[in-house]
Amino acid sequence: MKRLALAALAILFAAMPAAAQEKLKVVATFSILADFARNVGGDRVAVSALVGANGDAHVYQPTPGDAKTLADAKVVLLNGLGFEGWINRLVKASGTKAAMATATKGVKPRKAEDDHGHGHDADPHAWQSVANAKLYVANIRDALTAADPAGKDAYAANAAAYLAKLDALEAEVKAAVAAIPADRRKIITTHDAFGYFGAAYGVSFIAPQGVSTEAEVSAKDVARIITQIRKQKIPAVFLENVTDKRLLERIGAEGGAKIGGTLYSDALTDEKGPAPTYIDMMRHNVKQLSAALTS
Amino acid sequence: MILYDQLIGPFAEFAFMRRALIGTFALALGAGPVGVFLMLRRMSLVGDAMAHAILPGAAIGFLLSGLSLFAMTAGGLIAGFVIALGAGVVARATELKEDASLAAFFLISLAVGVTIVSLKGNNVDLLHFLFGSVLALDDPTLLLIAGITTVSLATVAVIYRPLVLECVDPGFLRSVSRAGGPAHIAFLALVVMNLVGGFHALGTLLAVGMMMLPAVIARFWARDITAMILIAVVSGVISGYAGLLLSFHTGAPAGPAIILVAGALYAVSVLFGPVGGVLRQLFPGRHLEA
Repeated sequence: MKRLALAALAILFAAMPAAAQEKLKVVATFSILADFARNVGGDRVAVSALVGANGDAHVYQPTPGDAKTLADAKVVLLNGLGFEGWINRLVKASGTKAAMATATKGVKPRKAEDDHGHGHDADPHAWQSVANAKLYVANIRDALTAADPAGKDAYAANAAAYLAKLDALEAEVKAAVAAIPADRRKIITTHDAFGYFGAAYGVSFIAPQGVSTEAEVSAKDVARIITQIRKQKIPAVFLENVTDKRLLERIGAEGGAKIGGTLYSDALTDEKGPAPTYIDMMRHNVKQLSAALTS
Repeated sequence: MILYDQLIGPFAEFAFMRRALIGTFALALGAGPVGVFLMLRRMSLVGDAMAHAILPGAAIGFLLSGLSLFAMTAGGLIAGFVIALGAGVVARATELKEDASLAAFFLISLAVGVTIVSLKGNNVDLLHFLFGSVLALDDPTLLLIAGITTVSLATVAVIYRPLVLECVDPGFLRSVSRAGGPAHIAFLALVVMNLVGGFHALGTLLAVGMMMLPAVIARFWARDITAMILIAVVSGVISGYAGLLLSFHTGAPAGPAIILVAGALYAVSVLFGPVGGVLRQLFPGRHLEA
C-alpha cells in the first residue's frame, strides 16, 4: 500500500511539474508557528511570519504590507487563545480568502495567572510544552492538507519525521529537569510565558509582570516579587528577549538571586541567534535553566 | 507604627523604592525651575513639543547600541538641540513665529522617530523606555539624572538675571545687554537636558509632567519668581513621594501615579490657590480684609 502510494506520488509529481513549482503560500502570525509550518510543509510551501524574529506578538502593530501578505495567502496559521489580539481586524481589512487555521485546537488551555484583573482568560503560550507543540504540528498538517490535498502524503511524512524529533526533544527536556534538585526548580522571569512549560515539567516560573506585556508594572508588584525571592530563597532570575531588562536586574540584585541567561519564549531569534528554530529554542532554554539552577 | 509602615516602611525595606525616590527628587529639583521659566515665558507647550522631538535621537541611539544609557542620552540630546536650534534659526530668518516653526520641526521629528522604530521591526524594548522605568533606576541612570540636575541648577543660577528680565521685559533686556540671545539658547539646552534625564525615569511622555505641572501649581501660590521656583520644587518632591507610595500600596503603575498626584495637587491649587484661585476670585473681600 505504501509503495503504491509512493508510486502514485511519483507519477503525480512527474505529471504536474508546473503545479509542483507553484508553492502554497502560508502566512503564520509569529516566528514559532512559521518554523512548525516550514517543517511540516517542506518545499511545497512558502512560509512567511507577520511578527518576525525577536518581535513581540502581544503589542504588534500590523503594517499595510502585512495586509497585502495576508491577501495573497492561501492558508493563515494563528495561535489562538487570544495571543494575536490584532489578527481579526487585520484579516477583515485585508479581505483575504485564505483558510484560517488555529494551531491550538485541542490544546487544554491553562488559566492565566493574572493578578491585575485584566488581560486574557487563557494563557496563550501553549507551545512552551512539547506535548502541545505536537498538537500544533498535527493541526498544521491538517490545515495544509485541506488547502493542498495533492500534498497529503508529503505533509504526513514530514509531520511524522518532525514529531519524532519532538519526542526526542521532550525526553531530553524531562531528563534535564530531573537532574535539577527538586527544591531548586523555581525561577523568576520577566514575562509569564512559561506556564505550560512549568506545568508539564515541574518547574515554577514566577513573573514580576502579569501575563501580558501590555500592562505597566507597579511598585507593589516589584516589592511582592523581591519579598518572594527573599522568603522562598529563589535561586535564579532570568531575562527574556521581549521585556525590560533593567527592571529584572534590579530585582535580582535586591533579592539576592542569580541572574541567568536569556530565555526565549514568544519569538525565535534570527539565524545568528541561539534560537533560530523551535527545537533550538527549547534546548537553549533548558540548558540555561540547568546551568543556573544546578550550580 | 501603622503610619511608619504606610509612609516610610516601603522605602526602608526596598532599595528600588529609595532609588525611585532619589530619582524623582532629582528630577523635581532640576525640572522645577526650568518649568517655571517656561510657564512665565508662555512656552508651557514647548516642553511637550521638545519631548516628542527627542524621540528620533533616542530611537537611533537605541538601534545603534540597544538599551544603552549613553547612546540613548546622546541621541536624545543631539536631536533635541538640533530641533531647538533649527526652529530658532527658521523663526529668526523667516516670517514664521517660533512656536509655529517649532511645531513643524517637532512633528517632522516625531514622524522620523516612529518610522525608524517601525522599520527595525523590533519595537518592544523601545516601547518600554517610552514609558520609562522609574522602578528600575540603576546606578548609571541615577548618576546621569543627578548630574543633569546639578548642571541644570548651576546654569539657572548663572543665567538667572537675563532669564528673569526676559520674562518680565524683553525689550529692556535687549536695550541694556546682549546676554539675552545666549541665555535663551542655554535655557533651551536646559529644557532638552531635563527632558532627556526625565525620559529615562518616566518616559518621554510623562517627563514633561514633572516639568510643567509643578510650575503651574506654583503659579497659584506665589507672585515672585523665587517663591514660585521653591514651591514648584516642593510640589514635585511631594508628587514623587506620594506617587511612589500610591503605586506601592494600590498597584497603580509608578510613572503615571506620580504625575496623577501632581495632577491632584494642581486641582487643589486651582480651587484654593491664594493667587488667582477659583475661591479667591469668588470671595476676594474676605481674604483682603483678613
